[in-house]
Amino acid sequence: MATFHLAHFNAARLRAPLDDPATAGFVAGLDPINALADRSPGFVWRLAEEGATVTPVDDVIATLSVWESLEALRAFTYQSEHLDYVRRRRDWFVPLGYRASLVLWWIPAGTLPTPQEGVTRLRRLGEHGPTAEAFTFRAPFPAPDEVTGAAPPSPLPARPA
Amino acid sequence: MDDTGLNAVSTLADRVRRAAYREVASAGGAPVGRDDVAASLGIGRTLAAHHLDKLVDAGLLEVTYARRSGRTGPGAGRPAKLYRVAADAEHEVSLPPRTYRTAAELLAEAVERTGAEVALFDVARTHGRATRTPSAEVADRLEAHGYLPVEADGRIELRNCPYHRLAEQFPPLICGMSLATVEGLVEDTAWSARMDPAPGRCCVTLSKNKTD
Repeated sequence: MATFHLAHFNAARLRAPLDDPATAGFVAGLDPINALADRSPGFVWRLAEEGATVTPVDDVIATLSVWESLEALRAFTYQSEHLDYVRRRRDWFVPLGYRASLVLWWIPAGTLPTPQEGVTRLRRLGEHGPTAEAFTFRAPFPAPDEVTGAAPPSPLPARPA
Repeated sequence: MDDTGLNAVSTLADRVRRAAYREVASAGGAPVGRDDVAASLGIGRTLAAHHLDKLVDAGLLEVTYARRSGRTGPGAGRPAKLYRVAADAEHEVSLPPRTYRTAAELLAEAVERTGAEVALFDVARTHGRATRTPSAEVADRLEAHGYLPVEADGRIELRNCPYHRLAEQFPPLICGMSLATVEGLVEDTAWSARMDPAPGRCCVTLSKNKTD
Protein backbone atom coordinates (compact mmCIF):
# COMPACT_ATOMS: atom_id res chain seq x y z
CA MET A 1 0.00 0.00 0.00
CA ALA A 2 1.45 3.31 -1.06
CA THR A 3 2.00 5.89 1.65
CA PHE A 4 1.31 8.72 -0.75
CA HIS A 5 -1.46 9.42 -3.20
CA LEU A 6 -1.57 11.93 -6.02
CA ALA A 7 -3.86 14.94 -5.75
CA HIS A 8 -5.09 16.55 -8.97
CA PHE A 9 -6.71 19.97 -9.32
CA ASN A 10 -7.92 21.54 -12.52
CA ALA A 11 -9.75 24.84 -12.96
CA ALA A 12 -11.04 26.88 -15.89
CA ARG A 13 -13.60 29.60 -16.60
CA LEU A 14 -16.80 28.78 -18.51
CA ARG A 15 -17.40 30.63 -21.78
CA ALA A 16 -21.14 30.57 -21.11
CA PRO A 17 -23.44 29.59 -18.22
CA LEU A 18 -24.13 25.90 -17.67
CA ASP A 19 -27.71 26.24 -18.94
CA ASP A 20 -26.53 27.87 -22.18
CA PRO A 21 -26.59 25.72 -25.36
CA ALA A 22 -22.90 26.61 -25.87
CA THR A 23 -21.91 24.46 -22.89
CA ALA A 24 -24.38 21.63 -23.57
CA GLY A 25 -21.59 19.32 -24.75
CA PHE A 26 -19.73 19.81 -21.49
CA VAL A 27 -22.82 19.24 -19.36
CA ALA A 28 -23.78 16.13 -21.36
CA GLY A 29 -20.33 14.63 -20.74
CA LEU A 30 -20.23 15.26 -16.98
CA ASP A 31 -22.03 12.13 -15.77
CA PRO A 32 -20.44 9.61 -18.16
CA ILE A 33 -16.95 11.04 -17.65
CA ASN A 34 -17.32 11.12 -13.85
CA ALA A 35 -18.58 7.54 -13.95
CA LEU A 36 -15.60 6.60 -16.10
CA ALA A 37 -13.23 8.21 -13.56
CA ASP A 38 -14.92 6.43 -10.66
CA ARG A 39 -14.38 3.00 -12.23
CA SER A 40 -10.88 3.70 -13.56
CA PRO A 41 -7.99 1.68 -12.08
CA GLY A 42 -6.20 3.66 -9.36
CA PHE A 43 -9.06 6.10 -8.72
CA VAL A 44 -9.34 7.01 -5.02
CA TRP A 45 -11.66 9.98 -4.58
CA ARG A 46 -13.10 13.08 -6.23
CA LEU A 47 -14.96 16.13 -5.05
CA ALA A 48 -18.50 15.40 -6.11
CA GLU A 49 -19.90 18.93 -6.10
CA GLU A 50 -18.56 20.11 -9.44
CA GLY A 51 -17.30 23.65 -9.02
CA ALA A 52 -19.99 24.61 -6.56
CA THR A 53 -17.81 25.24 -3.54
CA VAL A 54 -14.46 25.70 -5.16
CA THR A 55 -14.24 29.43 -5.60
CA PRO A 56 -16.47 32.38 -4.95
CA VAL A 57 -16.69 32.90 -8.71
CA ASP A 58 -19.73 31.26 -10.30
CA ASP A 59 -18.29 30.69 -13.75
CA VAL A 60 -15.20 28.78 -12.60
CA ILE A 61 -15.44 25.01 -12.88
CA ALA A 62 -12.90 22.92 -11.02
CA THR A 63 -12.23 19.27 -10.54
CA LEU A 64 -10.38 17.88 -7.56
CA SER A 65 -9.48 14.21 -7.37
CA VAL A 66 -7.09 11.73 -5.73
CA TRP A 67 -5.33 8.84 -7.51
CA GLU A 68 -3.07 6.01 -6.45
CA SER A 69 -0.36 6.96 -8.91
CA LEU A 70 0.62 9.33 -11.68
CA GLU A 71 0.32 6.47 -14.19
CA ALA A 72 -3.27 5.78 -13.12
CA LEU A 73 -4.27 9.42 -13.51
CA ARG A 74 -2.45 9.69 -16.84
CA ALA A 75 -4.19 6.58 -18.19
CA PHE A 76 -7.61 7.99 -17.31
CA THR A 77 -6.83 11.52 -18.49
CA TYR A 78 -5.16 10.77 -21.81
CA GLN A 79 -5.80 7.13 -22.73
CA SER A 80 -9.55 6.91 -22.27
CA GLU A 81 -12.66 8.61 -23.67
CA HIS A 82 -11.72 11.49 -21.40
CA LEU A 83 -9.13 12.58 -23.99
CA ASP A 84 -11.82 13.57 -26.48
CA TYR A 85 -13.65 15.48 -23.73
CA VAL A 86 -10.56 17.43 -22.75
CA ARG A 87 -9.70 18.02 -26.43
CA ARG A 88 -12.93 20.03 -26.70
CA ARG A 89 -12.30 22.07 -23.55
CA ARG A 90 -11.85 25.37 -25.42
CA ASP A 91 -15.33 25.03 -26.87
CA TRP A 92 -16.51 25.52 -23.31
CA PHE A 93 -13.71 27.10 -21.29
CA VAL A 94 -11.16 29.88 -21.29
CA PRO A 95 -7.96 29.67 -19.21
CA LEU A 96 -8.10 31.28 -15.77
CA GLY A 97 -4.98 33.33 -16.38
CA TYR A 98 -2.59 31.27 -14.28
CA ARG A 99 0.28 29.79 -16.26
CA ALA A 100 -1.35 26.37 -16.00
CA SER A 101 -4.88 25.08 -15.45
CA LEU A 102 -3.84 21.71 -14.01
CA VAL A 103 -1.69 21.01 -10.97
CA LEU A 104 -0.57 17.81 -9.23
CA TRP A 105 0.91 17.18 -5.78
CA TRP A 106 1.45 14.28 -3.40
CA ILE A 107 -0.64 13.84 -0.24
CA PRO A 108 -0.38 11.26 2.54
CA ALA A 109 -2.68 8.35 1.66
CA GLY A 110 -5.89 8.57 3.65
CA THR A 111 -6.04 12.38 3.67
CA LEU A 112 -8.10 14.52 1.30
CA PRO A 113 -7.14 17.76 -0.41
CA THR A 114 -9.35 20.86 -0.39
CA PRO A 115 -10.24 23.11 -3.34
CA GLN A 116 -8.57 26.05 -1.57
CA GLU A 117 -5.39 24.00 -1.47
CA GLY A 118 -5.79 23.34 -5.20
CA VAL A 119 -5.98 27.07 -5.93
CA THR A 120 -2.89 27.68 -3.78
CA ARG A 121 -0.94 24.94 -5.60
CA LEU A 122 -2.01 26.26 -8.99
CA ARG A 123 -0.80 29.73 -8.04
CA ARG A 124 2.43 28.27 -6.73
CA LEU A 125 2.98 26.38 -9.99
CA GLY A 126 2.44 29.61 -11.91
CA GLU A 127 4.90 31.54 -9.75
CA HIS A 128 7.71 29.01 -9.30
CA GLY A 129 7.24 26.54 -12.14
CA PRO A 130 7.07 22.81 -11.41
CA THR A 131 8.34 21.86 -7.92
CA ALA A 132 7.76 18.84 -5.68
CA GLU A 133 4.89 20.83 -4.07
CA ALA A 134 3.09 21.65 -7.33
CA PHE A 135 3.88 19.96 -10.63
CA THR A 136 2.45 18.80 -13.95
CA PHE A 137 2.33 15.70 -16.17
CA ARG A 138 5.15 17.14 -18.27
CA ALA A 139 7.43 17.77 -15.29
CA PRO A 140 6.46 15.17 -12.68
CA PHE A 141 8.06 14.59 -9.28
CA PRO A 142 8.24 11.21 -7.51
CA ALA A 143 6.21 10.57 -4.37
CA PRO A 144 8.17 11.53 -1.21
CA ASP A 145 8.61 7.88 -0.25
CA GLU A 146 10.04 7.09 -3.66
CA VAL A 147 12.80 9.66 -3.36
CA THR A 148 16.04 7.90 -2.54
CA GLY A 149 19.41 9.43 -1.80
CA ALA A 150 20.14 13.01 -0.87
CA ALA A 151 19.75 14.63 -4.29
CA PRO A 152 16.67 16.83 -4.60
CA PRO A 153 14.21 15.73 -7.30
CA SER A 154 14.66 17.51 -10.60
CA PRO A 155 12.27 17.74 -13.56
CA LEU A 156 15.25 18.04 -15.88
CA PRO A 157 16.81 15.02 -17.55
CA ALA A 158 19.93 13.82 -15.77
CA ARG A 159 23.09 15.27 -17.24
CA PRO A 160 26.53 13.79 -17.11
CA ALA A 161 28.70 15.62 -14.59
CA MET B 1 26.52 18.23 -32.01
CA ASP B 2 25.49 14.70 -31.03
CA ASP B 3 26.14 12.23 -33.85
CA THR B 4 23.56 9.60 -32.79
CA GLY B 5 21.09 10.67 -35.45
CA LEU B 6 23.76 10.86 -38.12
CA ASN B 7 25.04 7.38 -37.23
CA ALA B 8 21.54 5.95 -37.34
CA VAL B 9 20.85 7.47 -40.71
CA SER B 10 24.20 6.44 -42.21
CA THR B 11 23.36 2.84 -41.27
CA LEU B 12 20.56 3.16 -43.83
CA ALA B 13 22.90 4.14 -46.67
CA ASP B 14 22.93 0.52 -47.89
CA ARG B 15 19.99 -0.02 -50.26
CA VAL B 16 19.16 -3.56 -49.12
CA ARG B 17 19.36 -2.56 -45.47
CA ARG B 18 17.08 0.39 -46.15
CA ALA B 19 14.57 -1.97 -47.76
CA ALA B 20 14.81 -4.25 -44.71
CA TYR B 21 14.10 -1.30 -42.42
CA ARG B 22 11.10 -0.26 -44.53
CA GLU B 23 9.78 -3.82 -44.40
CA VAL B 24 9.84 -3.87 -40.59
CA ALA B 25 8.60 -0.28 -40.31
CA SER B 26 5.57 -0.99 -42.51
CA ALA B 27 4.37 -3.52 -39.93
CA GLY B 28 3.89 -0.68 -37.44
CA GLY B 29 4.81 -1.98 -34.01
CA ALA B 30 4.20 -5.62 -34.95
CA PRO B 31 7.28 -7.85 -34.78
CA VAL B 32 8.64 -9.30 -38.02
CA GLY B 33 10.92 -12.32 -38.47
CA ARG B 34 14.03 -12.50 -40.65
CA ASP B 35 12.34 -15.09 -42.88
CA ASP B 36 9.56 -12.62 -43.72
CA VAL B 37 12.08 -9.92 -44.55
CA ALA B 38 14.20 -12.33 -46.59
CA ALA B 39 11.15 -13.47 -48.57
CA SER B 40 9.85 -9.96 -49.36
CA LEU B 41 13.27 -8.71 -50.36
CA GLY B 42 14.22 -11.83 -52.30
CA ILE B 43 17.46 -12.28 -50.35
CA GLY B 44 18.88 -15.08 -48.21
CA ARG B 45 17.96 -15.48 -44.55
CA THR B 46 21.53 -15.00 -43.38
CA LEU B 47 21.88 -11.74 -45.30
CA ALA B 48 18.51 -10.53 -44.00
CA ALA B 49 19.57 -11.34 -40.42
CA HIS B 50 22.87 -9.52 -40.95
CA HIS B 51 21.13 -6.31 -42.03
CA LEU B 52 18.47 -6.56 -39.33
CA ASP B 53 21.12 -6.94 -36.63
CA LYS B 54 23.01 -3.91 -37.98
CA LEU B 55 19.76 -1.94 -37.69
CA VAL B 56 19.42 -3.12 -34.08
CA ASP B 57 23.01 -2.01 -33.34
CA ALA B 58 22.18 1.42 -34.73
CA GLY B 59 19.14 1.68 -32.43
CA LEU B 60 16.65 1.77 -35.31
CA LEU B 61 15.09 -1.62 -34.56
CA GLU B 62 14.66 -3.63 -31.39
CA VAL B 63 14.59 -7.38 -30.82
CA THR B 64 11.80 -9.43 -29.23
CA TYR B 65 11.53 -13.17 -28.88
CA ALA B 66 8.30 -15.07 -29.42
CA ARG B 67 7.08 -18.44 -30.59
CA ARG B 68 5.47 -18.09 -33.97
CA SER B 69 2.27 -19.68 -35.26
CA GLY B 70 0.81 -20.21 -31.81
CA ARG B 71 2.82 -23.32 -30.95
CA THR B 72 3.45 -23.83 -27.26
CA GLY B 73 4.75 -26.51 -24.94
CA PRO B 74 7.49 -29.06 -25.54
CA GLY B 75 8.31 -29.47 -29.21
CA ALA B 76 7.24 -25.95 -30.07
CA GLY B 77 10.87 -25.08 -30.70
CA ARG B 78 12.79 -22.18 -29.29
CA PRO B 79 11.30 -18.71 -29.61
CA ALA B 80 12.09 -16.93 -32.87
CA LYS B 81 14.09 -13.72 -32.93
CA LEU B 82 11.78 -10.98 -34.15
CA TYR B 83 12.34 -7.35 -35.03
CA ARG B 84 10.24 -4.25 -34.63
CA VAL B 85 10.73 -0.52 -34.96
CA ALA B 86 12.18 1.14 -31.86
CA ALA B 87 9.30 3.60 -31.53
CA ASP B 88 10.82 5.73 -28.80
CA ALA B 89 14.15 6.11 -30.55
CA GLU B 90 13.53 9.02 -32.87
CA HIS B 91 16.30 10.30 -35.05
CA GLU B 92 16.44 13.70 -36.52
CA VAL B 93 19.26 14.88 -38.69
CA SER B 94 19.51 18.49 -39.71
CA LEU B 95 22.48 20.07 -41.41
CA PRO B 96 23.07 22.79 -40.44
CA PRO B 97 21.49 22.24 -36.99
CA ARG B 98 17.82 23.18 -36.72
CA THR B 99 15.74 22.42 -33.65
CA TYR B 100 12.14 22.44 -34.81
CA ARG B 101 11.10 20.10 -31.99
CA THR B 102 12.05 22.65 -29.38
CA ALA B 103 10.19 25.30 -31.34
CA ALA B 104 7.15 23.01 -31.50
CA GLU B 105 7.26 22.46 -27.73
CA LEU B 106 7.42 26.17 -27.03
CA LEU B 107 4.58 26.90 -29.43
CA ALA B 108 2.49 24.08 -27.98
CA GLU B 109 2.92 25.40 -24.46
CA ALA B 110 2.00 28.91 -25.58
CA VAL B 111 -1.13 27.65 -27.37
CA GLU B 112 -2.17 25.75 -24.26
CA ARG B 113 -1.51 28.65 -21.92
CA THR B 114 -3.50 31.10 -23.99
CA GLY B 115 -6.26 28.60 -24.80
CA ALA B 116 -5.81 28.96 -28.57
CA GLU B 117 -6.61 25.31 -29.33
CA VAL B 118 -9.62 26.16 -31.48
CA ALA B 119 -7.40 28.18 -33.82
CA LEU B 120 -4.84 25.34 -33.98
CA PHE B 121 -7.50 22.75 -34.84
CA ASP B 122 -8.87 25.08 -37.51
CA VAL B 123 -5.40 25.53 -39.02
CA ALA B 124 -4.84 21.74 -38.92
CA ARG B 125 -8.16 20.98 -40.64
CA THR B 126 -7.35 23.47 -43.39
CA HIS B 127 -3.90 21.88 -43.74
CA GLY B 128 -5.48 18.44 -44.14
CA ARG B 129 -7.81 19.78 -46.85
CA ALA B 130 -5.07 21.64 -48.69
CA THR B 131 -2.65 18.70 -48.79
CA ARG B 132 -4.99 15.91 -49.83
CA THR B 133 -4.88 14.48 -53.35
CA PRO B 134 -8.52 14.15 -54.48
CA SER B 135 -7.78 11.10 -56.65
CA ALA B 136 -5.85 9.28 -53.91
CA GLU B 137 -7.26 6.52 -51.73
CA VAL B 138 -7.74 7.32 -48.05
CA ALA B 139 -4.90 4.97 -47.06
CA ASP B 140 -2.49 6.72 -49.43
CA ARG B 141 -3.49 10.14 -48.12
CA LEU B 142 -2.82 9.00 -44.55
CA GLU B 143 0.43 7.34 -45.58
CA ALA B 144 1.62 10.59 -47.14
CA HIS B 145 1.23 12.29 -43.76
CA GLY B 146 3.29 9.66 -41.92
CA TYR B 147 0.44 7.65 -40.38
CA LEU B 148 0.74 3.91 -40.99
CA PRO B 149 -2.84 3.00 -41.86
CA VAL B 150 -4.05 -0.58 -41.41
CA GLU B 151 -7.58 -1.33 -42.59
CA ALA B 152 -9.74 -4.14 -41.23
CA ASP B 153 -13.52 -4.60 -40.98
CA GLY B 154 -14.49 -1.11 -42.15
CA ARG B 155 -12.11 0.51 -39.71
CA ILE B 156 -8.66 2.05 -40.12
CA GLU B 157 -6.11 2.10 -37.33
CA LEU B 158 -3.01 4.23 -37.59
CA ARG B 159 0.09 2.38 -36.45
CA ASN B 160 2.29 5.46 -36.30
CA CYS B 161 1.81 8.82 -34.64
CA PRO B 162 3.72 11.41 -36.69
CA TYR B 163 3.84 13.64 -33.61
CA HIS B 164 4.70 10.92 -31.07
CA ARG B 165 6.95 12.82 -28.60
CA LEU B 166 4.93 15.99 -28.78
CA ALA B 167 1.67 14.07 -28.42
CA GLU B 168 2.95 12.49 -25.21
CA GLN B 169 3.77 15.90 -23.81
CA PHE B 170 0.61 17.72 -24.92
CA PRO B 171 -2.04 15.03 -25.53
CA PRO B 172 -5.25 17.07 -25.87
CA LEU B 173 -3.52 19.68 -28.00
CA ILE B 174 -1.50 17.47 -30.35
CA CYS B 175 -4.00 14.59 -30.62
CA GLY B 176 -6.67 17.21 -31.30
CA MET B 177 -4.47 18.74 -33.99
CA SER B 178 -3.88 15.29 -35.48
CA LEU B 179 -7.60 14.50 -35.49
CA ALA B 180 -8.43 17.80 -37.20
CA THR B 181 -5.74 17.15 -39.84
CA VAL B 182 -7.15 13.69 -40.57
CA GLU B 183 -10.69 15.11 -40.70
CA GLY B 184 -9.53 17.60 -43.32
CA LEU B 185 -7.76 14.84 -45.23
CA VAL B 186 -10.77 12.53 -45.52
CA GLU B 187 -13.87 14.74 -45.29
CA ASP B 188 -14.63 14.27 -49.02
CA THR B 189 -14.62 10.47 -48.66
CA ALA B 190 -16.83 7.79 -47.12
CA TRP B 191 -14.62 7.74 -44.02
CA SER B 192 -14.81 9.72 -40.81
CA ALA B 193 -12.25 10.12 -38.06
CA ARG B 194 -12.67 10.09 -34.31
CA MET B 195 -10.64 10.22 -31.13
CA ASP B 196 -10.16 6.64 -29.95
CA PRO B 197 -7.00 6.46 -27.81
CA ALA B 198 -5.18 3.18 -27.18
CA PRO B 199 -1.57 2.40 -26.33
CA GLY B 200 0.92 1.72 -29.10
CA ARG B 201 -0.83 3.53 -31.94
CA CYS B 202 -2.19 6.92 -33.00
CA CYS B 203 -5.21 8.00 -30.93
CA VAL B 204 -7.22 8.68 -34.10
CA THR B 205 -9.13 5.89 -35.85
CA LEU B 206 -11.36 6.04 -38.92
CA SER B 207 -14.57 4.23 -39.74
CA LYS B 208 -16.78 3.95 -42.81
CA ASN B 209 -19.76 6.27 -42.72
CA LYS B 210 -23.16 4.64 -42.62
CA THR B 211 -24.60 4.92 -46.11
CA ASP B 212 -28.30 4.93 -45.25
